[in-house]
Amino acid sequence: MTLHAIKLDGVEKSFGAVRALAGVDLVVSAGECLGLVGHNGAGKSTLMHVLTGTLSPDTGSITVGGVTISGEWSAAASQSAGIRCVFQELSLCPNLSVAENARIMHRPLKGFGWKKRASELIRAKLDEIFPSHGIDPDDEIADLPIGKRQMAEIARAFTVMSDPLRLVILDEPTSSLDAVTAEQLLAYIGKETAKGTAVILISHLLGEILSASNRIVVMKDGKSVAERPAGGFDRASLVAAMGSEAHSAKSHSIKSEAATDASPILVKAHPDGSATGPEMIVRKGEVIGLAGLAGHGQTRTLLQIFSRDHASVDAPMSFIAGDRQTDGVFNLWSIARNVTIRSLKSLTRYGLIDSEAEERLADEWKNRMAIRTPDMDNNILTLSGGNQQKALFARALASDATVILMDDPMRGVDIGTKLEVYDMIRSEAANGRSFIWYTTEFDELAYCDRVYVFRNGKISDEINAGSISEERILQASFAESAA
Amino acid sequence: MINRRHLRAALPFLSLAIVLAATFYVQPRTMSYFGLNLMLQYAIPIALATIAQMFVITVNDLDLSIGPFVGLVGCISATLLLNDPLLGILALLACIAAYGLVGALIHIRNLPSIVVTLGLSFVWLGIAVLILPSPGGKAPVWLKAIMSFQMPWVPLPIIAAILIGGIVHVALMTSSFGVIGRGAGGNPKALQRAGWSMLKTKMIMFSIAGFFGVLAGLSLLGLTTSADAHVADRYTLYSIAGVILGGGEFIGGRVSPMGSVVGALTLALAGAFLIFLKISPDWQIGAQGAILIIVLAMRALITSGEARR
Repeated sequence: MTLHAIKLDGVEKSFGAVRALAGVDLVVSAGECLGLVGHNGAGKSTLMHVLTGTLSPDTGSITVGGVTISGEWSAAASQSAGIRCVFQELSLCPNLSVAENARIMHRPLKGFGWKKRASELIRAKLDEIFPSHGIDPDDEIADLPIGKRQMAEIARAFTVMSDPLRLVILDEPTSSLDAVTAEQLLAYIGKETAKGTAVILISHLLGEILSASNRIVVMKDGKSVAERPAGGFDRASLVAAMGSEAHSAKSHSIKSEAATDASPILVKAHPDGSATGPEMIVRKGEVIGLAGLAGHGQTRTLLQIFSRDHASVDAPMSFIAGDRQTDGVFNLWSIARNVTIRSLKSLTRYGLIDSEAEERLADEWKNRMAIRTPDMDNNILTLSGGNQQKALFARALASDATVILMDDPMRGVDIGTKLEVYDMIRSEAANGRSFIWYTTEFDELAYCDRVYVFRNGKISDEINAGSISEERILQASFAESAA
Repeated sequence: MINRRHLRAALPFLSLAIVLAATFYVQPRTMSYFGLNLMLQYAIPIALATIAQMFVITVNDLDLSIGPFVGLVGCISATLLLNDPLLGILALLACIAAYGLVGALIHIRNLPSIVVTLGLSFVWLGIAVLILPSPGGKAPVWLKAIMSFQMPWVPLPIIAAILIGGIVHVALMTSSFGVIGRGAGGNPKALQRAGWSMLKTKMIMFSIAGFFGVLAGLSLLGLTTSADAHVADRYTLYSIAGVILGGGEFIGGRVSPMGSVVGALTLALAGAFLIFLKISPDWQIGAQGAILIIVLAMRALITSGEARR
């Protein structure tokens, strides 16, 4: 039996009705670099949060170094078990210096002269991983450019004080590093694993995964679906493993009747902010999908179009937020008010709101969207999540907007509601409205006339309805190596 | 190369120097041991209240109850502490513990600190009025003795300001615990991921704030020698203004103990300066506000230059 650093047995985690982890069995051996890949929603980040103790699993067991965790699994427990994580969104305190951030990780760094010891600790590790890094331990994080922040955080994760270093999880560690420093990091991973530390590497750069890891696990729908030594995979087989057979055959071929190549162009945008980069074009009556891994510039592009920055838009717009609670509903208002807010201009008479017209509009959209409520004057929060989302759709569709921007609006919505809304989108498109739809769900792309795949903030592929396949989208989402 | 961050850190000291120079110019007689002592003695309680506020601002909260709290401490000290020292000390300790619990409440229930402390300000005021319905009471003799102590050569308020600023600087800016406190303001999530308890950190920071609030109340009573529940109502705004004048920011764990003390001194001096200019007290608070706006505008200019670079 080989020594394992950490072992998960049947770990499950659900958020409401969403099963983020559906029984994960995972073994990471000491001295191994495990590559972890998967598309959006595969459960990678939930898995990481479970490993680092910020989420505790609903069921299943965690075994660290041969000892099954029986008590409470917490961030502190994970920390003292020697598990470290470099999160994709950095977790350094921007108002503290590099050395002070090292202190936050290590409890024994205290008492007289702690600052000197902290500086030496982090400086030595930075020198070891990134020779000629140019970071002073006294530099405040907020003063460092993003690449150096990431270097500081990576180095911090590998520093050792009293707790042993057992497992380091690196989530997209090279996303802000240049080619030279990324290479230095990958070389260091090799050295560190030779000393017996286990590493989990998550990256959208498949070349990086294939060259740095010993073994690769592919996750999908909250489970590990394939697991092989790194040599047993190549780019094509990895992409194939992330997708599913059922999807690749299915694609949508009905082009909107209203949209033809001769339809007027309503939106032209350059998502990368340059004048020469790949262009996004939206014609009247089209449903345009934005795909790719989450956080690769899709939401930013929607906001860019909405504020007409590096984008020319020839139509009124409306935005449907994905994060209902933060960006969507006015949670002290009634459903009716939430629906009509975008259309107030057309509802005013003599400068005041015509309450009868407001009521008529609300009731009309209650029926058209089938919002399930006895009374539109009820508070918006009395609705279920799916019906709140319908109210947000009603807000956009009731308005004069002819271009509707959607920021992954179906997150956490039940399938019944989804199907109703999909029909609504198609019929509105047939009536000449255009939709720009960022979605993290592959199935939703089947309702699109054209899909732009994003990678690193740029369009990496443009796919027409007939040739949309999960495999092609995965191919475009995951790059061979850093460009 | 002049670092703009250093320039910004120097701003509070620069503001103090300008206000001080202006005061000396308008009223040269203040340039003496006696004059400085008289002008600055009320800066001690303001500086202590400002430090209390600073600990709360460090963890991204705001304390709108510090003024009435200082008044309450004065009332307790002029009655309970005077007549029954043991009971008085217990009462003051209870005040500090109450602050810790407020920190816990704000964190656990995820309440806006502004609302909680605004409500509490009336609670403190109510208790103070219950203890001392009309102005009166008497400061303990030892307290009066401390506050009227005549230092040789250098006036007491200046020594006190350097001591307060220095001690808090060491505790918050250079100690290993201080790092956790500031980290809690900078990125609470990162702190939790590293296994620290935000609850404990907030409770400790609020308790320290309570401790300095008690010191502020005691020192104010030592100066006024008798107590009044309303005596420190203005301290709430003074303390916030002091922290901000001193280079602190409302969120992000960026504060400066030395700067805060200097900010408090500047505010106290500005009051004296305006009196010398024969500006009626009605206009004073507005004039102090104008000083605050000027300094903040200068800081914004420096910062925007930094962003452009």
